Amino acid sequence: MIGALAAITGQTARLSFRSGGGAFVGLVFFLAVVTIVPFGLGPDLNLLSRIGPAVLWIGALLAALLGIDRLFHEDHEDGSLDLLLLSGLPLELVVLARALGHWLATGLPLVIAAPLFGLLLGIPPLALAAVTLTLLAGTPALTLIGAIGAALMTALGRGGLLVAILVLPFTIPVLIFGVSAAAATIIGPAPFMPPFLILCAFTLVSAVVAPIAGAAALRASLA
Amino acid sequence: MPMAFIELANPSRFLDWSGRLLPFLWVATGVALGIGLYLSFFVAPPDYQQGETVRIMYIHVPSAWLAMFGYALMASAALGTLVWRHPLADVAARSMAPIGAAFTFLALVTGSLWGKPMWGTYWVWDARLTSVLVLFLMYLGLIALWRAVDDPGRAARLVAVLILVGAVNLPIIKFSVDWWNTLHQPASVLRIGGPTIDASMLWPLLIMAVAMMLFFLALTTMAMRNEILRRRLRTLQLTAAATAG
Amino acid sequence: MDFGDHGGFIIAAYVVSAIVLAGLTGWIVLDGRALRRRLAELEARGIRRRSAKAETPP
Repeated sequence: MIGALAAITGQTARLSFRSGGGAFVGLVFFLAVVTIVPFGLGPDLNLLSRIGPAVLWIGALLAALLGIDRLFHEDHEDGSLDLLLLSGLPLELVVLARALGHWLATGLPLVIAAPLFGLLLGIPPLALAAVTLTLLAGTPALTLIGAIGAALMTALGRGGLLVAILVLPFTIPVLIFGVSAAAATIIGPAPFMPPFLILCAFTLVSAVVAPIAGAAALRASLA
Repeated sequence: MPMAFIELANPSRFLDWSGRLLPFLWVATGVALGIGLYLSFFVAPPDYQQGETVRIMYIHVPSAWLAMFGYALMASAALGTLVWRHPLADVAARSMAPIGAAFTFLALVTGSLWGKPMWGTYWVWDARLTSVLVLFLMYLGLIALWRAVDDPGRAARLVAVLILVGAVNLPIIKFSVDWWNTLHQPASVLRIGGPTIDASMLWPLLIMAVAMMLFFLALTTMAMRNEILRRRLRTLQLTAAATAG
Repeated sequence: MDFGDHGGFIIAAYVVSAIVLAGLTGWIVLDGRALRRRLAELEARGIRRRSAKAETPP
């Protein structure tokens, strides 16, 4: 069973890396957001470095939700979802495997790119490390929450934007604690660990809730 | 009590029963609202700090309570859809969503109008206000999802999943003023140890809350009747289209 | 009665509430009327529910 799940994860990641898959689009979108902000706010590096962690987090959030609506769409279209249901693999673990594959292709590049893009915003080195760490801990939660929305939208042909709107409220706490931890090194003597640990908790909880909710939504789409 | 749910599962029987209940609901709403408004404006004393603006409380707090109560009812209905497959559970949830959204909107607006004279600002991003805004967005998201899926049965199950996932927001709203340092004041009615609010203000508040709840139930009943008729209409239109071809 | 310094806010709050709740009620009532009218139209054209057909004599 682990083999089958690993295969699903790998396949999802590989498909995302292909031209229509959205991995690189997400990265480019992330860069676009980071680049646009200084144009809007002005090049004052003092200001940019203070809000830098927040800008990186917002960019990562939007980029993570960008391509997620298609997560289960092809499966539904070509019937492989029915096969997965019949295969005896727990649907919950299939959802988890798909989300993990998607994160490897879209979330992990964001985490790797974050310190580089953070330099564009003048973020100091310690804060760069903090932001990267928080993104590493938090982007899986964003992908998992997005997967719930994707599962809900599976049966519909349209609706990428609707998915993003539906799951956005649930991603807000992740954003709040991610920025809180990342900015702790810049703004005042605020502690890093408490918000960071809560962020990790969010990822762990969503790793449980998202597969359950996602599987329920997929079953409802098929019925 | 469970037998009542089973007996009312038949839409025709529900239409019949609700049609007889509705006039009583409206009369009760009118009476409670009349008493509540009278007490709120002419009997309740002005606050020693806030003066007359405390009277906004008598509409703001019941709206907020109903905003959450509405979602809690929808969550119960969602369980009814997913677990027991009760035929009217989705009808109930779908009918309640716009009404709950309206009360959430009122809670936000009346709260904002109360905040300006009391705190000096129309809005602040503290935990309580933010989570109620999130509740409003969730209501809208659920309504959007219902409309996006054509088949009512499938829509019912999908939305039920989303309602249950979103239910995590309710304890956050309730306890936000305890867990975080918020500008919004802490709980003064529904708390361990009993209400800290004075009886002269508590009674108008409770009666307004009852009035709003009856209003909510009356509107929900009407909306549920509409929804049942809407589904009948859809079935008939599909039949007509099928036989006309 | 004296609404105090901030009377405008109090009145605004109650007026907005009245408008929203009245609007909501009106929408539900009008929606119901439209539904019943369209159902009556279909019935006039002879399209009935199966359970309604069962009540008519053979």
